[in-house]
Amino acid sequence: MSTPAATPLKSPIDRPAVAHHFDDWQQQYDACVLGMWVFLVTEVMFFGGLFTAYMVYRSTYPHAFAAASQSLDVLWGTVNTFILLTSSLTMALGVRAAHLGQSRRAAQFLGLTMLLGAAFLGVKFYEYAHKYHEGLAPLLGLPFAYAGPDAGARKIFLGLYFGMTGVHALHMIIGVVLLGCFAVPAWLNRLGPGGALKIEIAGLYWHFVDLVWIVLFPLLYLIDRSAHV
Amino acid sequence: MSAAPEPSPAASPAEPVHVSRNYLNASYTVRSWLLTVDHKRIAILYLLGVTLFFFLGGAAAVLFRLELMTPQADLVESETYNKLFTLHGIIMIFFFLVPAIPAVLGNFLVPIMIGARDLAFPKLNLMSWYLFMIGGVFTLWVTVAGGVDTGWTFYTPYSSTYSNTYVMATAVGIFITGFSSILTGLNFVVTVHKMRAPGMTWFRLPLFIWSHYATSLIMILGTPVLAITILLVALERGLGIGIFDPKLGGDPILFQHLFWFYSHPAVYIMVLPAMGVQSELVAAFSKNRVFGYRFVAYASIAIAVLGFLVWGHHMFVSGQSLFAGMVFSILSFLIAIPSAIKVFNWTATLHRGTVAFDTPLLYAIGFIGLFTIGGLTGLFLATMAVDVHVHDTYFVVAHFHYIMVGGTVMAYLGGIHYWWPKITGRLYPEGWARFSAVLVFVGFNLTFFPQFLLGYLGMPRRYHVYDAGFQVLNVMSSAGASILGVAYLFPMCYLLWSLKYGRSAPANPWGAVGLEWTTPSPPPTYNFVETPIVTWEAYEYPGSNPAEVAD
Ligand SMILES: [Cu+2]
Repeated sequence: MSTPAATPLKSPIDRPAVAHHFDDWQQQYDACVLGMWVFLVTEVMFFGGLFTAYMVYRSTYPHAFAAASQSLDVLWGTVNTFILLTSSLTMALGVRAAHLGQSRRAAQFLGLTMLLGAAFLGVKFYEYAHKYHEGLAPLLGLPFAYAGPDAGARKIFLGLYFGMTGVHALHMIIGVVLLGCFAVPAWLNRLGPGGALKIEIAGLYWHFVDLVWIVLFPLLYLIDRSAHV
Repeated sequence: MSAAPEPSPAASPAEPVHVSRNYLNASYTVRSWLLTVDHKRIAILYLLGVTLFFFLGGAAAVLFRLELMTPQADLVESETYNKLFTLHGIIMIFFFLVPAIPAVLGNFLVPIMIGARDLAFPKLNLMSWYLFMIGGVFTLWVTVAGGVDTGWTFYTPYSSTYSNTYVMATAVGIFITGFSSILTGLNFVVTVHKMRAPGMTWFRLPLFIWSHYATSLIMILGTPVLAITILLVALERGLGIGIFDPKLGGDPILFQHLFWFYSHPAVYIMVLPAMGVQSELVAAFSKNRVFGYRFVAYASIAIAVLGFLVWGHHMFVSGQSLFAGMVFSILSFLIAIPSAIKVFNWTATLHRGTVAFDTPLLYAIGFIGLFTIGGLTGLFLATMAVDVHVHDTYFVVAHFHYIMVGGTVMAYLGGIHYWWPKITGRLYPEGWARFSAVLVFVGFNLTFFPQFLLGYLGMPRRYHVYDAGFQVLNVMSSAGASILGVAYLFPMCYLLWSLKYGRSAPANPWGAVGLEWTTPSPPPTYNFVETPIVTWEAYEYPGSNPAEVAD
């Protein structure tokens, strides 16, 4: 609907572009999608190390972790969860448009996804700044505002919070840049044959990063939040 | 099953112009090498890289073996000694043993053996070489110019808080190189799944492919854990987030768990590809189907899976619970079974075959002997009571050198000799090659067997000053190391010599089966003149053991 009339509605991005070493498009398509899934498996293992560290200390210091999690702002966490889930929807719509050969439409959805990603990052950095001002950022030897009995364990919680969400945010930044690499040429109708596959693969990555947040959110913000300390 | 399959009409009459064209002479510019996406050229690039690292890591070993000739400190101080063995470990493990067989022989052979034109992601393959070289050269520069003294194991909190050496910079180099390993594994998995030639079913795959597939699984599942472990050390050292340092409330044992969750399977990243080479060599030089093909194939997968469940055997004396120790001990015993299956099956293959004692087979036989000793002493170490006695002694050093040098390096050299005619199109001088193979075997045993005795007698590893009573065995070990060093230099010399003066190799100098021998030596850029159609089982030598199962 919003596609300018001057540009063609269809572009060749949904058509095959078989690379020299593949027999046919189906083989190439399957290989590329499998490749991305395998990469995501490595990402699961990568985040798995962080989750292991989190679980070890959660079980070592359950009360301190429950108490420290209350210093996180559950409202902003919820807002961010909503933003990311919506971005997965726009991403999926972008992939669909690409498979239908609607290059500009796909670019619009990718752009929207990037905007939502940027909004998520904005909220995240606002939260970081807030923690810093509260004196709850146990980084680089900064003073730690809380000096109660289990200050050490609370420091670990907040350290893990910064570490885990920081690694996640890094993945988000990579995702936004990655989508930009396809959104711009798609908007200019320059993506060419095979473009839909590239967008689909970028989409797999985006959904994965979204999914990591879906795990991080309850782990950091929600579990035992209402337990009295 | 009447004749050795020579299925593909290699010199296709349709295209006579292409006969002399191959991947080496396709273009001569530096650019055509540095920007190549041909898996065979990337394999050559890797060959140059790992050879460089092998000799530099070896040079460090020469220095500390010289120091260990006498019980006192005379050649180097303790700080320098610590940096030397750390450099040796890091370079040899991360930049030689892990990439050597997969990235050189695997890169060259995986697509050809399954009848594909290239790996699934050629550009990713080139990128992985650049990551490897960037990480490797950077780490080398840091460890030589600055130095690290933590040992290759980087145990916390020493590495994360106390060491004043260049821990972070080294970690960055290893982190970068880890990605090259991940990308190689990813490429192999996708290639084996999606790019097999028509008729190349899973159970027609050479065992080299099975073991590389299993290796790739470990690279994919294990390496990211090493990456996050390094990142956590960085977060603690750089930002002061308490993860491993008890002073900050962290747990140093957690580091050991995470580290060995990668680093035990990493042993199989080094050994599984060697086992794959071994299967090819044994079959080719006994002109026989590998005995119990399916058992060997499944054993590779079993090793990859079980390999992830035994890491706690490195931590018997780290305060792990007795129950956990027992479980890890039993699992470590279990993993010896698939390895033993392979050794028995290679022996049975030789037993029933028509054996030709060419250089590659000499290395293969050396592998069987040394790997068996390494594996059996591994069982000593998996037994908790014995491990308490020999933990952190030269017994452990000797054990893992029997596996990693006696196993992996022997198979690597055997494989390089076996496929050298295919890779370069040249034959090497057989007499020199046999002589150096024997010399490697002698030098290796003289270097490392005394270390079993030293360890059993109680000499701890990682010290440069020791009790005078240990001197005789140490001098033996150093003498062996000098023989071993020379024996490693020989192949480098005559293989380089053969590039110019060696006789031209035919397509199939060994009379072996396998798709790589059906294409010219060296192969054309796209490997085959036309895509082969596979109608035969693996290792279908005339008169060999029949296939167990006909699909
Ligand atoms: Cu181990």
